[in-house]
Amino acid sequence: MKYLDEYRDERIARGLVAEIARRATRPWVLMEICGGQTHTLMRFGIDELLPQGVEMVHGPGCPVCVTPLETIDKAIDIASRPGVTLISYGDMLRVPGSNTDLFHVKANGGDVRIVYAPTEALKFARANPDRQVVFFAVGFETTAPANAMAVWQAKREGLKNFSMLASHVLVPPAMRALLSSRRNRVQGFIGPGHVCTVMGYGEYEDLIREFHVPIVVGGFEPVDLLEAILMLVTQLEEGRAEVENQYVRSVTYQGNLHAQKILGEVFEVCDRKWRGIGGIPESGFNIREEYADFDADRIFGTQGVTADEPAECISAEVLQGLKKPTDCSAFGTRCTPEKPLGAPMVSSEGACAAYYQYRRHMVAAKGAH
Amino acid sequence: MAQDTKIEVALHCPVPVPAKDAILLGHGSGGRMSSDLLQSIFLPALQNPVLDQLNDQAIVEFGGARLAFTTDSFVVKPLFFPGGDIGTLAVNGTVNDLAMGGARPLFLSLALILEEGLPMDSLRQVVESIRVAAAIAGVTVITGDTKVVEKGSGDGIFVNTSGIGVVAPGINLSADRARPGDRVLLSGTIGDHGITILSQREGLEFAGDVASDTAALHTLVADMLIASSEIRCLRDPTRGGLSSSLNEIAARSRVGIELDEKAIPVRDEVQGACEMLGLDPLYVANEGKLIAIVAPDAAESVVAAMRNNTLGREARIIGTVNESHSSMVTMRTRLGTSRIVDLLAGDQLPRIC
Repeated sequence: MKYLDEYRDERIARGLVAEIARRATRPWVLMEICGGQTHTLMRFGIDELLPQGVEMVHGPGCPVCVTPLETIDKAIDIASRPGVTLISYGDMLRVPGSNTDLFHVKANGGDVRIVYAPTEALKFARANPDRQVVFFAVGFETTAPANAMAVWQAKREGLKNFSMLASHVLVPPAMRALLSSRRNRVQGFIGPGHVCTVMGYGEYEDLIREFHVPIVVGGFEPVDLLEAILMLVTQLEEGRAEVENQYVRSVTYQGNLHAQKILGEVFEVCDRKWRGIGGIPESGFNIREEYADFDADRIFGTQGVTADEPAECISAEVLQGLKKPTDCSAFGTRCTPEKPLGAPMVSSEGACAAYYQYRRHMVAAKGAH
Repeated sequence: MAQDTKIEVALHCPVPVPAKDAILLGHGSGGRMSSDLLQSIFLPALQNPVLDQLNDQAIVEFGGARLAFTTDSFVVKPLFFPGGDIGTLAVNGTVNDLAMGGARPLFLSLALILEEGLPMDSLRQVVESIRVAAAIAGVTVITGDTKVVEKGSGDGIFVNTSGIGVVAPGINLSADRARPGDRVLLSGTIGDHGITILSQREGLEFAGDVASDTAALHTLVADMLIASSEIRCLRDPTRGGLSSSLNEIAARSRVGIELDEKAIPVRDEVQGACEMLGLDPLYVANEGKLIAIVAPDAAESVVAAMRNNTLGREARIIGTVNESHSSMVTMRTRLGTSRIVDLLAGDQLPRIC
């Protein structure tokens, strides 16, 4: 299949691995930002191919994992109310709030539905004027434009029964937070390919000036990631720190200007709490005042909902790339996808779940990691 | 920057709610939640040596004959889809459950639960499909039942079929018989049925030349059993897909299984849809494919016999049973690395981005 087979080609992949091994003269610690990239690394066993000195740590780019507990609680609260239909992407239904999850709300009679695009939620709202339809919008800059478009369209049509519980997060502020930490180990980043498809990669130049760290925008197939790793290792070995674009078939410097325009129209940048990391200034999108009639948080009065997140596992360290999932004593024993202790084990994009699903046999084979 | 202190604050999530208070959709997924239900509710109450086999069908000796008996309920949305409808599935599904025990299917029962308001034409169409599928499979519907529930209490039509067949002497197929060195055979492409159903779901209509693979597999099984007496186990990888069936065999036989990713055939349309939705074809349902565990020396001749039947034209060896990683299914990836093919907890959920 075109655009797939050539990016999963064993010969090309092994050629890149050999080149990485040739270039790397000392150990380097690299982070892939996106959960989708982590997933590919694990699913294709790329950690098994890389030379020993090149270590991949896994970033905070799993939208499900970083959505704060209180936001999940808000969604559960809203979904449990009579006359409400809460619509979201599939993964969010499994994430536990303080007391329950959306699957259980659904089982107890709540109207909770899965869609693949927010426009489907709009369609449902038009067809069911007697129901309050709430779209639970999480994700990075990638999913934000379509969600903004849904709100924009709802306002234009004058829909009275559609609103959005928005909990969007932004990548560059999270990278800044990671780089600012004195415990930071990351020496180079594989940038988030799909986020950059929307936003371009100009905004990463500030980070490079500030922290002198190379960033290569990467795709999501094995060959994409290996090529991005090679580009990072090359920069590091040559003492350079630049933004480079490996994912040229999708990403341009400026990004998608139409998407950015609609984002600016509907959303404004706000401070945001990240599960596992904490509060990061100017790291999220909220719905603008002009669109307040479509902001579920205001309509349902859930702004005040807060939740304490008890310390159970090492997800904070995992989400910051300080530790590997397998460094956790609960991994695979007390913490599994059926009984997760932390968010990274819940979502299929989470680092712990990816390790558990694809790699735990290698951990067992090697003994303690 | 001020985040330095904030970033070291560890925030975590609580232990989630165990799925024990109520039935969730995931309990019907064929994954680990289904298995938990079986172990915690059904088996403790109903345990007996035949049920304990946990095969797709029960085989009992009665009056000198070996009878195979099975039952299956069908709930599918939409009722009609490219390649078949709920009626076709209800016949072929039960015929296949019998066939996986090496049985010759003979008789079916048919029970329908209809929702008030169902168009009579839909019912006619489903019953006609049942007639045609039964004729093709050579089985007779000999008893039946109909119930009607209030509008909103059903989903158009729910169908249950039970089936009876006979098993010839000497045939002994069971999920606990896989041995290290055995080969894993697959009769054709995976994921066709599940992706066809998804492609018809509201809000997800995508174009593509993909149709359900629903088919009765008993003639294919008969050809295989003639070719070799060294077939250990047959399974039709329906809900939960290839992965769930293989994990079940690995667990029941206490062996490992290693698959070769390159050998597993997936249609471009199915692969493309899976990539788009973030699904893995290994977990997508099939309704006209089978997996066979076959002794190493017999594998090639069984593959040859399968290829002579139109239902097995793309049959091939996709893996080997081993001793390592006890009860774990692993896969040699396209890149030559190794990864786990796990049993999912519940339904496979599309990723967010």
